[in-house]
Amino acid sequence: MNDVFQLSVIAGILTSAIRLATPYLYAAIGETFSQRSGVLNLGVDGIMLLSAYASFYVVLNTSSIWLGLLAAIVVGLLMGLLMSFVSVTLKAEQGISGIGLYMFGLGLSSLLFKITIGTVKTVTGFQPVKIPLLGNIPVIGEIFFNHSLLVYGAFLLVPVAWWILEKTTWGLRIKSVGQNPAAADSLGVNVDRVRYVSVCIGAMLAGIAGASLSISLLNLFQDNLTAGQGFIAVALVYFGGWKPVGILWGALLFSTVNAFQLWMQVLGVNIPSDVAIMLPYLLTIAALAVTINRVRQPAALNKPFERGES
Amino acid sequence: MFKRLIVVMVLLALLVTACAKPTPTAAPMTEVPATEAVVTEAPTEAPTAEPAKTFRVAVVMPSAVTDMAFSQSMYNALLAVQAEMGGEAAMEIKYSEGMFKVPDAAAAVRDYASQGFDVVIAHGSQYGSSVQEIAPDFPDVTFAWGTDVNTFGMPNVYAYTAAAEEGGYINGVLAAMLTKSKIIGVTGPVEVGDAKTYIDGFTQGVAAIDPTITVSKTWTGSFSDVALMTEAAKTHIAAGADILTGSSQSVVGSIGAAKDTGKVLWFGTQQDQASLAPELVVASQVYDWIGMVKEIIAQHLAGTLGGKTYILQLKNDGLKIAFNPLYALPADVLAAGQKAIEDIKTGKITVTP
Amino acid sequence: MPPEKDEKAVHARRFDFFGLFFNALLPLAGMLLALLIGAIMLLILKVNPLTAYAQMINGAFGSVSGLTQTLVKATPLLLVGLGICIAFRASVINIGGEGQIIVGALAATWFPLTFRTWPGWLLIPSTLLVGFMAGAIWGFVPGILKARLRVNEILTTVMMNAVALQLMNLLVRSVLMDPAGISAGTYLAQSERLPEQAWLMRLVPKTLLNTGSLIAVALAIVVYIFLWRTTIGYRIRAVGFNAEAARFSGINVPFNQALSLTLAGGFAGIAGAIEVMGVQHRLLEGITSGYGFSGIVAALFGGLHPLGTIPASILFGALLVGGDKMQRAVQVPNSLIDAILGLVVLFVVGSALWSRRWAAHRQMAAAKNQEEQA
Repeated sequence: MNDVFQLSVIAGILTSAIRLATPYLYAAIGETFSQRSGVLNLGVDGIMLLSAYASFYVVLNTSSIWLGLLAAIVVGLLMGLLMSFVSVTLKAEQGISGIGLYMFGLGLSSLLFKITIGTVKTVTGFQPVKIPLLGNIPVIGEIFFNHSLLVYGAFLLVPVAWWILEKTTWGLRIKSVGQNPAAADSLGVNVDRVRYVSVCIGAMLAGIAGASLSISLLNLFQDNLTAGQGFIAVALVYFGGWKPVGILWGALLFSTVNAFQLWMQVLGVNIPSDVAIMLPYLLTIAALAVTINRVRQPAALNKPFERGES
Repeated sequence: MFKRLIVVMVLLALLVTACAKPTPTAAPMTEVPATEAVVTEAPTEAPTAEPAKTFRVAVVMPSAVTDMAFSQSMYNALLAVQAEMGGEAAMEIKYSEGMFKVPDAAAAVRDYASQGFDVVIAHGSQYGSSVQEIAPDFPDVTFAWGTDVNTFGMPNVYAYTAAAEEGGYINGVLAAMLTKSKIIGVTGPVEVGDAKTYIDGFTQGVAAIDPTITVSKTWTGSFSDVALMTEAAKTHIAAGADILTGSSQSVVGSIGAAKDTGKVLWFGTQQDQASLAPELVVASQVYDWIGMVKEIIAQHLAGTLGGKTYILQLKNDGLKIAFNPLYALPADVLAAGQKAIEDIKTGKITVTP
Repeated sequence: MPPEKDEKAVHARRFDFFGLFFNALLPLAGMLLALLIGAIMLLILKVNPLTAYAQMINGAFGSVSGLTQTLVKATPLLLVGLGICIAFRASVINIGGEGQIIVGALAATWFPLTFRTWPGWLLIPSTLLVGFMAGAIWGFVPGILKARLRVNEILTTVMMNAVALQLMNLLVRSVLMDPAGISAGTYLAQSERLPEQAWLMRLVPKTLLNTGSLIAVALAIVVYIFLWRTTIGYRIRAVGFNAEAARFSGINVPFNQALSLTLAGGFAGIAGAIEVMGVQHRLLEGITSGYGFSGIVAALFGGLHPLGTIPASILFGALLVGGDKMQRAVQVPNSLIDAILGLVVLFVVGSALWSRRWAAHRQMAAAKNQEEQA
């Protein structure tokens, strides 16, 4: 157990944590936009999978990582439009349509993978990029400043998302639509349009999350690549209180504990692996129970809006 | 509300009865002019009076047929046998993949049996009780079930398993001789089945060469979580491992992590994994089901439908160590590996899971 | 998600034939649209869609084997769905079905293996009860966190799922591992076979259909009575319908929400217990196979009504079983079925809009009638 507190191990844990947190950050912040406007999108995992496949396929065939990223965003947008159509225009039960979207994304990504690629292959995706100067700081440089562009993007997203939500008119509209759509509607805000945009932003970010897995962190695609990470991302939105900063802490907490338990196993600490794997989940619940969550969810979350209804 | 659903049910019933029962879709027995069946018919100049029937094999698998591991190994073997027998006309293969849920697999097995397949392979250790229940109903069908050793005493059931610990041992020997940092990382899924036995063998192999080498093990708790497997591999690498091994379909992640470093070596199991990292995969233990499949087919045609347990081992060529030709293995390491293989074959070394 | 607003209105006015037909037709129309898109995908794969779908229906209903398979699949869907009915009616979202099924299955494995000398008439009901309690505990934890600390249940139930899975892994590979597997050196990820007195009786020989399905249907009736004929049930529904109003009338909202989540967990736990006792006769990996999520879909297809969930789960079970048969018969990848099912869910749930619009329209028309008559 003493080994664990060596500097190199701590550095290793933090580096792993930052990598692991990346897809969660993209997906969860994306979902925040969607939920702040009142739409619960449980299909995030399906979007991630389909986008992961799309970006992987493009990179496999064109070797262009930027085209691959674009493919992921486009696929995310399409899935977002589908989700918005069903949940906002057709006013369907959002939790269920989300699960339907998930099943569709899971099935289609596996199907296309089987037909077009067939067997597991690796690609050269986004490579780690060392930031000049900062990257040379001993220890700290290695932990924070030697990651791929998509990883940096995920962390930069936090202040950007905060700024959009808190400092722009658009953000205000999103929040008002999520809190009191009837009032927003009476003030001339097009509730449906705002929701469409928010859901699509969320879906595009989920798309990038998928790409971060298939063309950056893992550099491969396989059936069910995400293994449920999208659902954890949705849970992290609640954990973070619908705020980008909160989500950052949540994602980091979760990923750090995950990285920690891996290192514990590597160092031979004598805890059964299954218990170690449980740790991130247990700790997240505990953290939530301890920090009294005063933030209430968007009042209109998961309630379709129909003019004339309250 | 309640009435609404009565209407739904009525409509559904109408829908069902409206569809006339479709004709059985069992692929018609293709009549083939006498080609070489596996057994005795010598190829003659002209089609003889008795055309050989297509031999029909069905396989039910728990994961995807492209999983680069357990399921794919069996499917590849069947394809190889099919090619040897003369292609699709001589042997028909039908498969059900992703049958992780046992009742689904049971339905598939029963379905294939009732469609008249000659051999139905239940390629998953969880399918045992299903095979036990279904086999008596179809006495003319051969059921092959793995990985396990239990044929339930039934005359039409074969059982098969792989002594993964043997190949694990060999990989361990090779790895122990190649490691420079004296730290080897193992990325495992869940500590059960042949994942466990392989790694047990591996650890013994390493210890036999040099007990001071650290073999560090992580278990991700899932057979399919590639992201976690990748991170586990990266953690091993960061902790100083210069050789990795592991098992399950999610090790593609570990191999990817090794590939990223450009120098960490990989030892594989269940399937030849060299294609994933051509310069870094040293060797893989390959489950070679081909011999077993051919024997089962031959036995079936000769009238024996089951009653035997096959264990893939080094000595019966069921397990092979596939050395990657693109990796330059030093001669002494190769020799040590070959010697260990010989010793296991002759029983001089026994590996216990 | 407020429950069907038009319920009372339907009973109040004349039999609305067209409305019923319309309501029933819409989900079917949605399903057919999804199947149509699936047909296009099949054509791309060079498969005849008509053959494929015929195989699907044949697989689900066309034989004793298929029909019993469908019912066996429908059973856990129904049980989880019943729990979801209770929870959703209190406006609580239970995504923890997977974990609750697992702990129910764990309890229903450990208990008979520990008390293996008990006679069947004692062992079976007590095992079912233990399974219920295990699942209930797994639902209680998110419930109490929500009630006392306002922790959102989506977060906690998702986390509890992962914890349950690891717990099962831990137990199955150590304490619960089949001793036969250990001595044979195979180390399979499964438990020992349950003692025979704990097995649920098979209803049709050579199939997996067992008395668990009957138990599930009986429980559906029990839940119906509970929700509509008891005070507690009334309170739960009131909380879901309008939490503010419920609080004003003195109903303890957090308590009822926690209660509904606990009960939902319990029913999922029974689903796990029946899978172990009736279908597998042991605990093994993959025992949940997604029922925790599909059960939610089944409940919603059934209008969140316990009796409606019965045909809905049969239908969903049929889609799953038929899909597998289709995969075998025309050798399309399994993932195609998943994709089509996803579309089915999307379209059926999307078609509900017109049901609601029609219902609202009828409601207004009926109100207008009453006004004119007054």
